[in-house]
Amino acid sequence: MKELIRELTQAFGPSGSEAPVRETIDTLIRPLVKEVRTDALGNLIAFRPGTGSGKRVMLAAHMDEIGVIVTAIDDKGFLRFSNIGGVNALALIGTRVVFAGGAAGVIGSEPVDELKDLKLEKLFIDVGASSRAAAEKQVGIGDMAAFHGPFQDLGDRVVAKAMDDRIGCAILVQALRELQDSPHHLIAVFTVQEEVGLRGARTSAYGAEPDVGIALDVTRVGDTPKSRTMEVSMGKGAAIKVKDASLICHVGLRRHLVEVAKAHQIPYQLEVLERGGTDASSIQMARSGVPAGVISIPSRYIHTPSEMVDMADVRSCVQLVVKTLEGPIDL
Amino acid sequence: MVLKRLSEAAGVSGQEQEVRAIIRAELEGAVHSLEGDTLGNLIAVRNPHAPGPRVMLAAHMDEVGFMISGYERSGMLKFRKVGGIDDRVLVSKGVRIGKDRIPGVIGAKPIHLQEARERETPLRTDQLFIDIGAKSKEEAEKKVALGEFAVFDTAYAEFGAGLVKGKALDDRIGCAVLISLLKEEINLPVYGCFTVQEEVGLRGAAVAAYRVNPQLGIAIEGTICADLPGIDEEFRVTSLGQGPALSIADGGTLPNRAMVNELVRLAQAHQVPFQFRRGTAGANDAGRIHLTREGVPTAGVSVPCRYIHGPASVASLDDFRHTVRLLTLFLKSIEGGFRP
Repeated sequence: MKELIRELTQAFGPSGSEAPVRETIDTLIRPLVKEVRTDALGNLIAFRPGTGSGKRVMLAAHMDEIGVIVTAIDDKGFLRFSNIGGVNALALIGTRVVFAGGAAGVIGSEPVDELKDLKLEKLFIDVGASSRAAAEKQVGIGDMAAFHGPFQDLGDRVVAKAMDDRIGCAILVQALRELQDSPHHLIAVFTVQEEVGLRGARTSAYGAEPDVGIALDVTRVGDTPKSRTMEVSMGKGAAIKVKDASLICHVGLRRHLVEVAKAHQIPYQLEVLERGGTDASSIQMARSGVPAGVISIPSRYIHTPSEMVDMADVRSCVQLVVKTLEGPIDL
Repeated sequence: MVLKRLSEAAGVSGQEQEVRAIIRAELEGAVHSLEGDTLGNLIAVRNPHAPGPRVMLAAHMDEVGFMISGYERSGMLKFRKVGGIDDRVLVSKGVRIGKDRIPGVIGAKPIHLQEARERETPLRTDQLFIDIGAKSKEEAEKKVALGEFAVFDTAYAEFGAGLVKGKALDDRIGCAVLISLLKEEINLPVYGCFTVQEEVGLRGAAVAAYRVNPQLGIAIEGTICADLPGIDEEFRVTSLGQGPALSIADGGTLPNRAMVNELVRLAQAHQVPFQFRRGTAGANDAGRIHLTREGVPTAGVSVPCRYIHGPASVASLDDFRHTVRLLTLFLKSIEGGFRP
């Protein structure tokens, strides 16, 4: 599965520019489902009919990653930029970024007296151009760039850019590979624009009209030195979300996921995330409302070029998705 | 000129009727139908049965302003802001209240009486009041009802080299662009939506888009213009006179790239000046349109306006004309087969 994770994390896809990720996933899942289509916003939607009278189950993992967007190019060829999604200026200095067309750059900073004054407007991207004209040959205003963050196998754990949420995409692809018979009509949605406001899930859930929605996304952990309190740790299993800032998960669905994990001896932990949001919140509010929950992958260093996950947790998440889909879902 | 009447009309979010009446009169007979909805949106429909995708063009009728929220014993009015207004622009400005346009002045403690530390921070809305010349609470209550709306008292004027100044150019200039567009010869089902309550959360556009169920959307705005002394070139979001501003991203929308690219192509091919909106702050009706139902490819095109959300904004009539021209070309391109 590590090769799948490598391939997905290394695809280019800041919010709104997810096409390369979409094409990669499309190729991977086409043999596994009955029908695949792309909607007006760019969500990739795959249908796999059930063998019985199960529910319409929407599974969502977002394809987009955070990034930056060029807002101006100065006379000397330096680019000014704004954020796409939750980008922390402190994590940017010295970071390399890559554009869709292949151009690359380094993020530098104007001098600042104190770190708290380090705002995005103090930063710039140096693409190695010595003039505006030279820079404009490589990039234009409105072009987006993603972090350069190669995949590295650390053994039990792996690290790369965009693990948020390509790891969710990888789990969904792997679950489609491993799933045998399911009574449920499965709608697997690889969503767009999650990082800028859970947008793709909103329109795709409207179209999918599911009976149940489950998002697959990363969550933070509280197991690093002097970390803020958070009862989720790396390596302790799939995290079943209770709530985050965007939603309170459907209680019946949450209990059901716990029961499935227990019944199949899948390691799991409950997750209460004080901040952040997921696609499940948009799914929950679609049309007249949908019971929605989240299976989260414990992750360190989220929204940096080096996001880390534990392979045992990833396996647990795949198992939990597969076993949930193979049995009845009674809420 | 219709822009003068639109700018001088009062239309704080939720009270857009004066603006709606002007637009209705302007378009009566020029379009297939004019429909109102429950929230107050006005939807002007052209060629509903023509071939091609349903195109929603949106410009919002409402402006930022004030609501009267109480009375002082002295007869001064307490007020709240409706929409985003910088407290620092308020003191000593003239306002007009309600449909009778009762004149008032936003008052504050004179600088001579302020303590040194009070001068260091701008006065907040709750430290200000509106003076309508009333001598008592009773007199004030008779003149102005609680919940009445107020707008800046600003006369529209043309000045400089083809510039205009007036209040509420965000987004009355967009309304004027949309009125002009709806009079162009275009054989497409076009739904010109003059929306309500944009300034308080893009509310009118949400229901208008649900109703129209468009296949393509464009928000037409008056946007931030920062071609001002003290702002470095690379931070000038837009500049006056350099043509319509195409959004690259903002707080509500990542515009459909194929549409943005087509707008750029058309501008270059037809020598229409254009600029990118070089910033990502703010949001407009596109934010709701593109998330409607199963999603709608949407872009944002704006006329640069200096000093928006203040008593007087400034725009260029050339930018206005070029915006109409570029959007007309875009509609023709859709008619000719362009799809995002």
